[in-house]
Amino acid sequence: MQLRKNIATSESGFIFNPATGDSFSANPLASEIITLLKQGLSVSEIKKNIQEKYDVENGQLEKDWDDFLLQLRDANLLDN
Amino acid sequence: MTKIKNKIVVAVTGLNAIDSPGPGVAVIRALRDEFKENIRIIGLSYETLEPGIYLHEVVDKTYQIPYPSAGAEALISRIRYIHEKENISVIIPNFDAELYNFIKLQPTLRTIGIQTFLPTQEQFDARDKINLYNFGKKYELLVPKDKIIYHVGDLHGCSEELNFPLVVKGKFYDAIIAHTLEQAQKAFYKLSAKWGYPIIVQEFITGTEINIAVLGDGKGNATSVIPMRKLYITDKGKAWAGITLEDEKLINLAKSFVSATNWKGGCELEIMMTAEGKLFIMEINPRFPAWIYLSAAAGQNQPASLVKLALGETIEPFTQYEVGKIFIRYSWDHITDVSEFQKISAFGEL
Repeated sequence: MQLRKNIATSESGFIFNPATGDSFSANPLASEIITLLKQGLSVSEIKKNIQEKYDVENGQLEKDWDDFLLQLRDANLLDN
Repeated sequence: MTKIKNKIVVAVTGLNAIDSPGPGVAVIRALRDEFKENIRIIGLSYETLEPGIYLHEVVDKTYQIPYPSAGAEALISRIRYIHEKENISVIIPNFDAELYNFIKLQPTLRTIGIQTFLPTQEQFDARDKINLYNFGKKYELLVPKDKIIYHVGDLHGCSEELNFPLVVKGKFYDAIIAHTLEQAQKAFYKLSAKWGYPIIVQEFITGTEINIAVLGDGKGNATSVIPMRKLYITDKGKAWAGITLEDEKLINLAKSFVSATNWKGGCELEIMMTAEGKLFIMEINPRFPAWIYLSAAAGQNQPASLVKLALGETIEPFTQYEVGKIFIRYSWDHITDVSEFQKISAFGEL
């Protein structure tokens, strides 16, 4: 899973896709995940990172992750 | 870059900064950004209420010129008069309808010392919406299928070939989306009454509307390419806000267009990007768009570059621009006095 090239993010969770002109607002956790994706971390590394930081069951994490992935895909922010 | 020592005088049309604005005021703003105090702007107007006429910090002096329908002779006669007073260096026409006359007059203008930087008549005709489909086929550019018709009875055949919905377009302006044959017939009558014949019936393409401002040097090079996505569209289909984009496919499309046609001057490509990422050219406007100041704001000042090219300077194609630059158009009630209105109405000068 890879974010599209040149997706711009800010600390406040603002996401800008320079290829389409679309912009989005991300909540703090989504913003954190996107930053980690931009740093090149793998999906398993990010999930591990989340589990270390937050109290979340495996099943819930997977469900939320799939939902988040769907949103990123819908927003055209992922490389195919 | 050559330093311009003397004040250059640039005459600009399209001062109608209204709800469906002409590009003139934006062009002037870009020129003033670049040339600062070394430029004098002459406005060329058609109507007495074009806002640019009254914006004295934008236009130094305005002269009315005859409508394009009066012909090239009437235009050159008026321009000679203005030139005697103002010593014009360059003219930038900004309306589709006036370009025919200005293109025709280019050699005469050059002999009296006025430069232009315009497409050839062949380039101008080829991208006309009546010829657009063949233009796309010739240069292998994606253009929606269309049919050129003169009779309402031809709509049935169009609908069988292009399917509903389809777009019924006027010869010069206006487009109506028709979902049924009845709607298409109504659109046909409305547009033919307003703009005459033929009527263009075009395949309906859905997607994201993107416009590209382009400056071609006439030798196949795109001096500048700025893609912009409309963020807010008025009921007349005009961009009220837009943002510069970064997309190599858009840049390459514009470069292909310029190299295939050797386009000379400014133009605007109206693009529809489908969900599959296909880029359809919907229209090619043969002059700068009204949002052209965004090109200057993003780092590629197309109007200033056009003036330099017209004056014989060599300009290397721009390679960088700022992505994510936004323009938001706004309205402003400019206050003037009836004496100003009287001067332009009575004397054709202000």
